[in-house]
Amino acid sequence: MSKSATLPQAIATQFNRGPLAYAALTLYVLVTSALLLANTRTSLLTDIIFVLFLFGLLLIYRARVVGGYKLALAAALLLGVLPYFGTQNAFYVELAIQAAIFVTLALGLNVVVGFAGLLDLGYVAFFAVGAYLWGVLSTPQIAQIAPGASPVSPSMFYLFLAVGLLVGTIFGILLGFPVLRLRGDYLAIVTLGLGEVIRVLAVNLDRPVNITNGSQGIKDIARPPLPEVLRAILPGLGDAQIYQIFIYLMALLVLGVTVLVVYRLKNSRIGRAWEAIREDDVAAVAMGIPIVRMKLLAFAVGASFAGAMGVLFAAKQQFINPPTFDLLRSIGILAMVILGGMGSIPGAMLGGALVTLLDLQLLPRIAMELSALKRQGIGIPDWFDPAQYQRALFGLLLILMMIFRPAGVLPDERRREELREGEAETSAEVEPAAQSRAASTS
Amino acid sequence: MAVAAIPTPIVRRTLRMTLASVFGPLGQVFLFVVGSAVVLSVVTVLIAVLLRGTRTDVDLVQATLVILPQVLIDGLVRGFLFATIALGYTMVYGVLEFINFAHGEIFMVGAFAGAAFGSVLASSGVLSALPVPLYVVVAVLVGMAVSGLLAVSIERVAYRPLRGAPRLVPLISAIGVSLLLQDAVRLIANLSGLGFNARFQTPNFGPPIRLAEIPVSPDRAIPLILDVRALTFIIAAILMLIGLNYLVNATKLGTAIRAVAQDRPTASLMGINVNQIIALTFLIGGALGGAAGVLFGIRVGTVNPYVGFLPGLKAFTAAVLGGIGNIPGAMVGGIVLGFLEAFVASYLSLMTAGAFSGASYADIVAFGILILILIFKPSGLLGEAVSQKV
Repeated sequence: MSKSATLPQAIATQFNRGPLAYAALTLYVLVTSALLLANTRTSLLTDIIFVLFLFGLLLIYRARVVGGYKLALAAALLLGVLPYFGTQNAFYVELAIQAAIFVTLALGLNVVVGFAGLLDLGYVAFFAVGAYLWGVLSTPQIAQIAPGASPVSPSMFYLFLAVGLLVGTIFGILLGFPVLRLRGDYLAIVTLGLGEVIRVLAVNLDRPVNITNGSQGIKDIARPPLPEVLRAILPGLGDAQIYQIFIYLMALLVLGVTVLVVYRLKNSRIGRAWEAIREDDVAAVAMGIPIVRMKLLAFAVGASFAGAMGVLFAAKQQFINPPTFDLLRSIGILAMVILGGMGSIPGAMLGGALVTLLDLQLLPRIAMELSALKRQGIGIPDWFDPAQYQRALFGLLLILMMIFRPAGVLPDERRREELREGEAETSAEVEPAAQSRAASTS
Repeated sequence: MAVAAIPTPIVRRTLRMTLASVFGPLGQVFLFVVGSAVVLSVVTVLIAVLLRGTRTDVDLVQATLVILPQVLIDGLVRGFLFATIALGYTMVYGVLEFINFAHGEIFMVGAFAGAAFGSVLASSGVLSALPVPLYVVVAVLVGMAVSGLLAVSIERVAYRPLRGAPRLVPLISAIGVSLLLQDAVRLIANLSGLGFNARFQTPNFGPPIRLAEIPVSPDRAIPLILDVRALTFIIAAILMLIGLNYLVNATKLGTAIRAVAQDRPTASLMGINVNQIIALTFLIGGALGGAAGVLFGIRVGTVNPYVGFLPGLKAFTAAVLGGIGNIPGAMVGGIVLGFLEAFVASYLSLMTAGAFSGASYADIVAFGILILILIFKPSGLLGEAVSQKV
């Protein structure tokens, strides 16, 4: 923090603490909530308000007010306003569910990439394993593998969230064990290869035994039964609407648990060991850190979140097929982590929310506005569909972040120090060579 | 310590030395080509003999032997494809210790440059009149120029600012470049009317050459065919490899490249412009990738913006297989991987009675090899064990 603050900074600090902060924060939350509830039609305006509304969460996080008040405001937004708004407009709740799922995935990948510094480009493989686990076992697909077996009851879903966690862990260890001895950039390519292998297997394992139903995917995946409590709380709503809110609450719950676990891990002995490995693995070994075991643990923890989220994802979508789990999805999750800031928990959450909104809301919205313009006779060619240019979006995001802000939007303190140190080293790289030469000639 | 000015004798290369430095590594590559072809053939035939009883509808041994020459040709073409792309990875890795993830896309851009060139020629009506060798040379040069310049500009914009940053930072930037290039090419291809699946228009290459007839039974014979396009690919790839070996092993620029690869600060102290040499390395690697793209396009017939991903990944595998940073290693790795893939793709479904489709599992085999090599012999087939720089 510099002492000589500019005028905007001075204003910002004023609003960040003291009674003004409470007032401003409350006002912001109230206004955005009111605006949101007043505009329930799906449109560009509602999009903007929705983003501003979610931005309120970031403000709540950043503001210097009492923790309890923060929690109350955030709970009011996420558990009150958003579900109620969802009963009016299903699209935005769907968006929030997707955001919650991807934020959880980003948090999981953040453990691997951010905490332990292992670049995993095949993260979606574990997600796929979880999704296929529930997809195969909850549908008649199971009879293809074991003739006569019947699908598990939908109420087993909750148990399978835990099973997904476990299976993700096992896969993480199985895949991680051979590759974790590799150096960083090799690891990236190998995990990318493994991710592709899982996808290719998903496409091809319909022969000789039909496990995944090949490229057609698995449909009619079971959903957990709707709890009667929700019907009582939300009278006068259709089952589909209640169901969506139910899924939303569940995604939020999983997200909450994930945040808690990740946060505790980061500040534990294990988390510090990961950071030591990330910053200098040779020094970490010298300090007695079991490096392979710790890397494996990071891999397994990240994979377990993806496995559990895969189960939830399969139940939500009710249909999965191999293209859902392609490389682009892995890269998208990586972009979330990098945008927010590697190693930073709020960063991963912000990145996850931002990229999901960009990907699922902003790009399609621009596409729709463009096609509206086209109908009015303004020459927009047919082939131009911004929603189809996710790769360019992710690609630009990765390049620009790496060049201009490698520590991310909400950087992790220690990570930022590390990157700064790296810069200092390079600028000093030539000088010692020159000095040592001068020393030897004198 | 005072250094006396000792006049260094200027070493003039004799023709013999030049030839030895160019063809020595190629001889090594040739040995590996023959060796891996023989070993794989013998192993496959042995497996066929062992599995003979499992299939009653066809005679496995006979079926194996009949398609064997075709599989070898296929393997050779795949191998040279991987080898030419792998050279780009390995050269860049040699000087920067950095995996240029976007190299597969540089290959793809070369293929699109070739397709655009073909369609320009076709629309002006001169394409069918053009002699095939001239067309191939010009198209390859176009692809080399476009891809080479693209690689240099990518290095300038996306990699150079990140030099010296932690290892993963330029790698992530390279992944970004790769995605961006895919969509940029898709956009341009759509804009220019080439389309997502761009047709690769070429002059008529003529009918395939019938090398021989393999008699199966008294009344039936299976012809052994060599496609002219495949032959073009092999010849062009060999010429490029000779050229590259000359450049790297027998010229001053090549010496500079090797010096930078060995020790960047010291090379810089010896008066080598390191930035220029790194740019040159990207130029050469990119040009080779572009040439491979054009040749690939000529052989396959259509290209799309995502066509570079898998060959790129496999070429990286090839580079690691041969020993990354090692130029003959990349060629050897490419050829060996190409043969392996061709054998798996052709024989897997034959041997398992169609239970596993060979073409899809060939990819899995490639990655499996990558993982095994990295675990058991990270220095690759030809690489020397180097201790990691800390």
